[in-house]
Amino acid sequence: MTGGANDDVLVSIEGLHKWFGSNHVLQDINFTVDRGEVVCVIGPSGSGKSTLLRCINLLERPQHGAIVVRGENLVDPDCDIDAARRHIGMVFQQFNLFPHHTALDNCTVAPMTVLGMKRVRAQQVARDNLERVGLLDKVDALPAKLSGGQQQRVAIARALSMGPDLMLFDEPTSALDPELVGEVLSVMRKLADSGMTMIVVTHEMAFAREVADRVVFMDGGGIIEQGSPDAVIGAPREERTRNFLRRVLNPIGASPA
Amino acid sequence: MSDGSALRTRRRLSPRRRAQRIRAVQYVVLVVGAVCAAFFADWPTIGRSFFDPHLIVYTVLHGFASALWNTVAYTAGAFVLGLMAGTLLALMRLSDVAPYRWLATIYIEFFRGLPALVVFMAFSLLPLAFSGLTMPWSPYGTAWAALGIVGSAYMAETIRAGIQAVPRGQVEAARSLGMSAAQAMRKIALPQAFRIMIPPLTNELIMLIKDSSLVFIVGLSASNFDLTKFGRAMANTNVNITPLVVAGLGYLLITLPLSILVRRMESSTEKGR
Repeated sequence: MTGGANDDVLVSIEGLHKWFGSNHVLQDINFTVDRGEVVCVIGPSGSGKSTLLRCINLLERPQHGAIVVRGENLVDPDCDIDAARRHIGMVFQQFNLFPHHTALDNCTVAPMTVLGMKRVRAQQVARDNLERVGLLDKVDALPAKLSGGQQQRVAIARALSMGPDLMLFDEPTSALDPELVGEVLSVMRKLADSGMTMIVVTHEMAFAREVADRVVFMDGGGIIEQGSPDAVIGAPREERTRNFLRRVLNPIGASPA
Repeated sequence: MSDGSALRTRRRLSPRRRAQRIRAVQYVVLVVGAVCAAFFADWPTIGRSFFDPHLIVYTVLHGFASALWNTVAYTAGAFVLGLMAGTLLALMRLSDVAPYRWLATIYIEFFRGLPALVVFMAFSLLPLAFSGLTMPWSPYGTAWAALGIVGSAYMAETIRAGIQAVPRGQVEAARSLGMSAAQAMRKIALPQAFRIMIPPLTNELIMLIKDSSLVFIVGLSASNFDLTKFGRAMANTNVNITPLVVAGLGYLLITLPLSILVRRMESSTEKGR
């Protein structure tokens, strides 16, 4: 841990800048997440929220700034990124399950390869996590045999099997049929209730409102406003936030922007 | 007016009738062709010089098995060698280090453009160019090296395309679970890439089987004859084409079960997609 600052801070981002070519997608992001906190990041598409999330486990490398997770600056060229990622679970919009492995093997392959866990032990951990997401009856199923909601729950179990301190969710329900969204959100809610630190990029305003400790609104590559869900979603101060929420919460009534 | 009547006559044929008529024409053409062949071909001569029953038995009993085995051995060794070298070349082509990419590209372009015959000739001349140089396990070693070099150039491109066909999210998921780049490649990307590559790799294996007929260039003793060389030698001594036909059937004996096996593998991996 870095001395001085709050020991409860798990993620600390300072002066983050990211360009794709000449496109300045992240413009001076500063933000921290405490241990056990659930942060929902909302904002229009192209606002940089997914890029910010992907920077936190360095799937995208920023050109400028610091990303400190568990006291370690990931941007430092001497940082062992593979070791750091063991503590950061990631759930993708497209699930990205390994199609040639069963649900169980999806959850055991990383603990066995990366942590050198014995098969029996890894399978035990995997079963525990598949039970947590309510899929103990699907351990032997290949991903192709599972519904989108089930696949995403396996993906959550897979990330949990590494025993992470932090879970990142990149629009986890955006690729799902509407009737399957609920099962994934309820698993995420249970995870939040168990004390997991979570950063969730989402368009699910109801989830953000009920589960998040803090909501961050991003637009144009910057954080426009953040605060409690009631403040940001219930009584937004910024015009851009109000505009966005109006379009999301009342998609038919809003005039084309 | 005339347009209208033409339309009407065409319309009179229902789609079903039309299909029946087309089918009938196809069968008539087939039957006419068969009848022509039956009348105009000199069947007794064809039978004697292509399918002489005594010669078939003689050929099968005198060295066919060993020739079949040799063809399989030349091809299998070359395929394994080509697959390993091809994977290495594919990884070099995808490397971040530019000189590796250049080297692999030069190798692939050079040996893909070269007839396998020329490579075999080069290998048969090696002992002349470097006196005292001998390939191990000759002639197998020579055949494996020559065929493997040609095969690896083709396979490298297939393998590279296979690796690139694995969705980027797969490697991202593996890396975000803490796997190193090498682990993600070995455990996640390559197994999926090889599934994608089964059909094109089979094609390359079949091409290698046929190219193995070029081993005669390096000079073989009778016990090392492959199917083609064996069939040709037998055909020459007997002044009859039958042994070559037998040798040709020998190739089918290898490639047909292979095709069936691969089709089965494809349908079973389809479930894992």
